[in-house]
Amino acid sequence: MIARRSIFVPAMLACGFAFLYVPILSMIVYSFNNSRLVTVWDSAHSPTLKWYALLMQNEQIMGAALLSIKVATLNACISVVLGTLAGLVLARFGRFRGRTLLGAMTAAPLVMPEIITGLSMLMLFVAMERLIGWPAGRGITTITIAHVTFSMAYVTVIIQSRLANFDDSLEEAAMDLGARPVTVFRRITLPLIMPAVVSGWLLAFTLSWDDVVISQFVAGPSSTTLPMVIFSKVRLGVSPDINALATIMVLIVATGVVVSALWLRRLERRRWREMQMAVE
Amino acid sequence: MADTYVRMERVSKRFGDSVAVNNVSLDIHKGEIFCLLGGSGCGKTTLLRMLAGFEQPTSGAIYIDGQDLAGIPPYERPVNMMFQSYALFPHMSVHANVSFGLEQEGLARAEIRRRVAEILDIVKLGEYAQRKPHQLSGGQRQRVALARSLVKRPKLLLLDEPLGALDRKLREHTQFELISIQERLGVTCVVVTHDQEEAMTLATRVGVMNRGEIVQVGTPREIYEFPSTRFVADFIGSVNLFAGRLTEDEPDHVRVSCGELPAPVFIDHGMSAPPAADCWVAIRPEKIDLTRTAPAQTDNWAHGVIINIAYLGDMSVYLVRLAGGREVRITQTNRTRKPEEQFKWDESVYLSWDASSPVVGVG
Amino acid sequence: MSTRAPRWGRALVGAVPLGWLLLFFMVPFIIVFGISFSQAQLSIPPYAPLWEWVEGQVLALRLHFANYAFLFTDALYISSYLYSLKVAAVSTVLCLLLGYPMAYGMARAAPATRSLLLMLVILPFWTSFLLRVYAWIGLLKNNGVINNVLMSLGVIHHPIVMMQTDFAVYIGIVYSYLPFMILPLYSNLEKHERTLLEAAADLGARPWKAFVRITLPLSRPGIIAGALLVFIPAVGEYVIPSLLGRTDQLMIGRVLSDEFFENRDWPVASAVAIAMLLLLVVPIVIFQRYQSRTLVHR
Repeated sequence: MIARRSIFVPAMLACGFAFLYVPILSMIVYSFNNSRLVTVWDSAHSPTLKWYALLMQNEQIMGAALLSIKVATLNACISVVLGTLAGLVLARFGRFRGRTLLGAMTAAPLVMPEIITGLSMLMLFVAMERLIGWPAGRGITTITIAHVTFSMAYVTVIIQSRLANFDDSLEEAAMDLGARPVTVFRRITLPLIMPAVVSGWLLAFTLSWDDVVISQFVAGPSSTTLPMVIFSKVRLGVSPDINALATIMVLIVATGVVVSALWLRRLERRRWREMQMAVE
Repeated sequence: MADTYVRMERVSKRFGDSVAVNNVSLDIHKGEIFCLLGGSGCGKTTLLRMLAGFEQPTSGAIYIDGQDLAGIPPYERPVNMMFQSYALFPHMSVHANVSFGLEQEGLARAEIRRRVAEILDIVKLGEYAQRKPHQLSGGQRQRVALARSLVKRPKLLLLDEPLGALDRKLREHTQFELISIQERLGVTCVVVTHDQEEAMTLATRVGVMNRGEIVQVGTPREIYEFPSTRFVADFIGSVNLFAGRLTEDEPDHVRVSCGELPAPVFIDHGMSAPPAADCWVAIRPEKIDLTRTAPAQTDNWAHGVIINIAYLGDMSVYLVRLAGGREVRITQTNRTRKPEEQFKWDESVYLSWDASSPVVGVG
Repeated sequence: MSTRAPRWGRALVGAVPLGWLLLFFMVPFIIVFGISFSQAQLSIPPYAPLWEWVEGQVLALRLHFANYAFLFTDALYISSYLYSLKVAAVSTVLCLLLGYPMAYGMARAAPATRSLLLMLVILPFWTSFLLRVYAWIGLLKNNGVINNVLMSLGVIHHPIVMMQTDFAVYIGIVYSYLPFMILPLYSNLEKHERTLLEAAADLGARPWKAFVRITLPLSRPGIIAGALLVFIPAVGEYVIPSLLGRTDQLMIGRVLSDEFFENRDWPVASAVAIAMLLLLVVPIVIFQRYQSRTLVHR
């Protein structure tokens, strides 16, 4: 490449990453601060783990966390199924009636403001309850349904772009050998796109785990998710136990991301190599 | 004597521990087409990129028209390159692609338009000026790439595997077009290729490269008929190579005894070599005659059985197994259709060649 | 799985996600649209039905256009819409100015570094969005980290007011949406042929010129995708302005939420939502077109 390298781009990269990470790091640091004021460092009594202890005893937060995990897991599993089906249809089925509609409906949730989605889904649940009696009241069911509706759009994009990179002569070979379409999908396509499916699952999980706005609309009185609890707390100002919670979450996520990135990369590379060798 | 326009003096390029170009010194004359020929990894592309300015030599110097190019970036050199992938700007029309380089020179709009129209005319793409690259065929894209580099009237034009992406018929046609355009404009060219036919057709002179070094420089005829090393003999065209020992070494002739041949090989010119040295003899397939009756000469013949015939339309390739098991390749043009003159499989034949045909060398 | 699959099988596979989305994505919009013509009343649900049987056999449709008229006449709504558009637009531009050089640097890095940088960009995205916005509260407050540091260094003597300002909202949006800007840009820039820039240099263009005339135009699809991915959701943002934004001028997402939860006026809230949707319909359609084109064109 051309030899002259300016300092601008690397500097911007450094600034950008600093911008991204300094807030997170500051949050972590102040979670060990003894002072209730969070950002005023109490050097006499810090660092301390007392906020972490308090956090563990906080039933409201623990209960909400459990609920969020349940909803997020449920959401991820369902979204992955629906999203894979949708991605498959859009990538492989060519032209059919309703294709543009499906394409539009899997693209729109990616940008639709959550406030609109939340409002409209609540209206739907209210109308459905009046009409057919289900869903009765707002709770885990409604939250899950709402989350699935927007998560599956993300999964669809991931699966669709993975399939676009896929050499379909492998599937054709399988069919040539007598495998029916369902078998082809189960034994050829699915294993080879598994890394994308796993990414999709993780993404759907995170989206649900993180969601505030939509949950506020469609959650019921007895079902409060963790983000809802956090949001109502932080509206009133900073709170040190939230810092502690944040640190825990960041650590879990960081470990998860690094581990899964490495594992996925190895899996992906192996699959890709296998596929290349098969096609050559 | 043609004047030297481009001079490379002891140019080397290292990448870490590996040496891509090793101490190359080369003179390129004004107005010629010089081909760097070699297999992959021989360093020819690296050499080309150093001429273009995308790599700097680790040591040595490059001069164009007397100007030392050290440290000069590519956009300030009087050198233009036609890339192997053409590298046409996909979002610009043909006209915009070609005018790009002139715009960088700050020429007046009217002048740019005139020169673009002129060059598009020369490459016969005048009607396609407003098309985008993806709307053109492979051959047309190649001509756009050529026009784009030629329009700047560079002192040196570099071509990286110019004909590689074209199919056979188009390649032949384009080869001659390239030559006629070059003659018309008088541009000095350096072509990099691994395709011998391309090198032989295009080049005024060829430089054969192997492992970062120039092995032989000469006209296509010189390279083909008088390879200086075994490598060049084997690399260019197909050849029958025999190992042998010098039995006679006189100023006007040389006689070599080869284990695989029944008779000695007699060559009608001298060579410089130590007495009774081990050497190699190269005989081109088209220089060998096939006959059904034994030839009159005592040297330069052999005898065997035809084990394979490849009919290529204009000529046929014969594979003959000699008495000792050695297989020799012979090509003959199919001059007549008379059945009695066609050779058949398993026929017993005699091979013979003229004393001026073999090339002998040591090492 | 292609055209050789049996028709009913394919239909079923397509029908499942299509059916779900039709029911849970499309129908809700229709309902919201309907309710926007209704009137608030004390009942469960708190809006008047749109139709009723009159004298047993005639169906009378009651449509109140007053809600929409309300939107146009009340200064609160108009200013909120305009303010939301302005904030979203400014944030998108800032995001682009920061995100483009980053994506460019990532695309040009060596392959091993590239995946590391990619992971570093994605990692904050996986951490809770809410908590990351919260982190900025700690930084921007009057006795927050930034003010503390600046005051202890003696650079300032009174805390700079950064919370509850436009500035805080810009930071919040850029911070949260930066990965959405970087990823499509990166994925576009990464595919650029290296030789194009070499060809430009060979033809006499200095690096900056080559960037402006070759790289920038070719990265246009990435810029558009990134900009839309930031702008459209930013218009309806609720969390960030709630935590960091002004109290005297609300963004439209907050207005909608207030109408719904505080005033219990579902019809007006619906009208606000439909109006927002209409405002955004053009960018949304552009985005959908772009999505279908990039995902099919491999």
